[in-house]
Amino acid sequence: MRAYLTSPKFLRAALPAASLGIILFIIYLYSPFAVSYMGLNLMLQYAVPIALATIAQMFIITVNDLDLSIGAFVGLTACIGATLLADTPILGILALAASVAAYAAMGALIYWRNLPSIVVTLGMSFVWLGIAVLILPTPGGTAPAWVKAIMGLKVPYVPFPIVASIVIAIVVHLMLMKSSYGAVLRGAGGNAKAVGRAGWSLLKIKMVMFAAAGFFGVLSGLSLIGLTSAGDAHIADRYTLYAIAGVILGGGEFVGGRVSPIGAVLGALTLALTPQLMGFMKLSTDWQIGAQGGILILVLAMRALINRREA
Amino acid sequence: MTTSQQNIVTLEQTAKSFGAVRALGGVDLKANMGECLGLVGHNGAGKSTLMNVLAGTLNPDTGVMRIHDTDLSHSYGVSTANENGIRCVFQELSLCPNLSVAENARIFHPSLTGWGWKARAGKMIRDKLDEIFPGHGIHADDVVGDLSIGKRQMVEISRAFTTTDAPLHLVILDEPTSSLDAVTSQQLLDFVRKVVGQGLSCILISHVLGEILEYSDRIVVMKDGLVVAEKPAQAFDRDTLVATMGNVVETSEIVEHSLHTKQRGSTPLVVQAQGSGSADSVPFVAHKGEIIGLAGLASHGQTTMLLKIYDAATRRKKHPRVEGPVALVAGDRQTDGIFHLWSISANIGVRSLPRMLKRGLIDPAAEAVLGTQWQERIKIKTPDMNDNILSLSGGNQQKALFARALASDAEIILMDDPMRGVDVGTKLEVYDLIRDEAEKGRTFLWYTTEMDELKNCDHTYVFRDGAIVADLARADLSEEKILQSSFKESA
Repeated sequence: MRAYLTSPKFLRAALPAASLGIILFIIYLYSPFAVSYMGLNLMLQYAVPIALATIAQMFIITVNDLDLSIGAFVGLTACIGATLLADTPILGILALAASVAAYAAMGALIYWRNLPSIVVTLGMSFVWLGIAVLILPTPGGTAPAWVKAIMGLKVPYVPFPIVASIVIAIVVHLMLMKSSYGAVLRGAGGNAKAVGRAGWSLLKIKMVMFAAAGFFGVLSGLSLIGLTSAGDAHIADRYTLYAIAGVILGGGEFVGGRVSPIGAVLGALTLALTPQLMGFMKLSTDWQIGAQGGILILVLAMRALINRREA
Repeated sequence: MTTSQQNIVTLEQTAKSFGAVRALGGVDLKANMGECLGLVGHNGAGKSTLMNVLAGTLNPDTGVMRIHDTDLSHSYGVSTANENGIRCVFQELSLCPNLSVAENARIFHPSLTGWGWKARAGKMIRDKLDEIFPGHGIHADDVVGDLSIGKRQMVEISRAFTTTDAPLHLVILDEPTSSLDAVTSQQLLDFVRKVVGQGLSCILISHVLGEILEYSDRIVVMKDGLVVAEKPAQAFDRDTLVATMGNVVETSEIVEHSLHTKQRGSTPLVVQAQGSGSADSVPFVAHKGEIIGLAGLASHGQTTMLLKIYDAATRRKKHPRVEGPVALVAGDRQTDGIFHLWSISANIGVRSLPRMLKRGLIDPAAEAVLGTQWQERIKIKTPDMNDNILSLSGGNQQKALFARALASDAEIILMDDPMRGVDVGTKLEVYDLIRDEAEKGRTFLWYTTEMDELKNCDHTYVFRDGAIVADLARADLSEEKILQSSFKESA
């Protein structure tokens, strides 16, 4: 048992949870009341949309691509949610479905023409932003009542963002890590040629992964306007980097199909908490991004140390 | 050996070209039930292309393909191959390193779905591993990337023999023993004979001619994209087989070289190291101009020793003692050896960059000169050294890696089983080169899993569990002795 607890495999899996725990602990030292039902509810408010965007990015990273458009895409779906979905629900649902389909098409294009995903998604991020500005030129609109109701849900004993994060983590874990098709999807990240030789369609795999990313992007956008109750094309610009950082903090790797949904959600929670920690430490908000980068580097350094011990 | 006439696959006049390179020039091939077909030939003779055609991963340009007497020439693909029970173990491993052993088994079997698929996949692959490689020590939950290359190959082979809903008729084994040690190779080949006895058909591709001669019923020899001979195995012996492939055995040269062997100690000591196992370990020493063999069962510390020496030389550590610059020829050329996106010349030149600088930049002319110089010396088969390295066949890629090491200023060359899956012709050429270079004063440390290669070595150290358990001079060298020391305590 002791050997297992100190094995690199276990340490690597425990690292995301440990980072989150440490941050929570420091916050507790500054202000014990913050780590309470109400406090966590407030501090983790924005964790749900970040977690959903992180999961979306994780799907893309699983197949060795990188999505630089997820932030703009979440902004677009937020705008659709705050306008079309609220005014004409059917049209809104169609528009959201079309954006998921557009994501799948983006995956197909990347596979077909063997294009670098960074270039394609960077280009598409301007397209998403442009459409979002067309739909909602100035910040505004209203979120549909049911979206607000879901995001405003009060769960007894455990804060809602934590419940939601656990649900997201478990659902995606079952989909990607436990299901039999999930193994094929991850396999395509590990050795695409081998998966193709075994008779699987790599085009379909790419499209499924991008569509899944689009779907979670939509969920992220909706949950975001559920909290802000209004939309804005630039509402989620930072999410692109948050999502990448979340996946990596959570133990994922850029290539090779090595990802962890539970880790990714933990990573997203960690990122959502760092601004709060800065607040308690009375650091100016100007330092926030730098501090987040610092935490990222620290965790990655720890991981490198663990990996070195293994070698 | 009985040869049932029931036919599984027939290829007629199958041809395939890649651009200007003709890989297959009209090949006829038959595989029958209950027969092990041996396939030999140089690298680049078209064996791998032929196997890819059979596995459905390449479509031939022309030719007829019949499976169980049904003409499938125009509707053949990977899934048709699977449906018809044709499996292929490819030379470069086709497992997903990020998945567990059980998950890799699942990728092979579309029907493994629903509740408990992981348990079923795990049991299936474990049972097959137990059947082929008793005592393998692999768990179904192990992540493939964490396994040694030998174990990965065991998983891949076992996976090819697992069955779910589709029947299994023909298994193609492309260099199956290249990363296996003597014991597991034996287990595999015995298993192949057993299943062939039960009516399965196998195509065995190997550069270890002993395996082919001993374990196949019929041998097909390929050369330059054509079948040049096809006879029962008994009709061949080692020499006739090599002659048919187009090479002459050069044992005489080895003898000649051994006459030149200097008295040990007449040249200065260049490497001195210690094994990492038990205390009774023999010290590892190499003198200038010697060829030193590292033998023993696969992954018993040979590679670790080479890397230790490499580390010591590049980071200027005191232990182990290494005098002079080193270069490493990688064994796992896809992961550790070649730069996939670079040209052949660039791949050769990368170890010698400081010599090719002109005002701080790489001089393309110098690089090209180095490239063509080594193309001639080592006979790399390509129309243009500026082509991508992946356009070469496996053996020629390996030659390029040798050229990289030999073209450098290194005086000590470390070789990590570099001849894995390389054809006899290339091997003999490289052996010559190594002997010549050793005469000129270079030192070679050579880890190999093949007995024949150790005959080139002045001294052979046998490894077991990281320790050096025997030091054999050339005169004392025999397969028996190596196996004896490899197993001393475990037996």
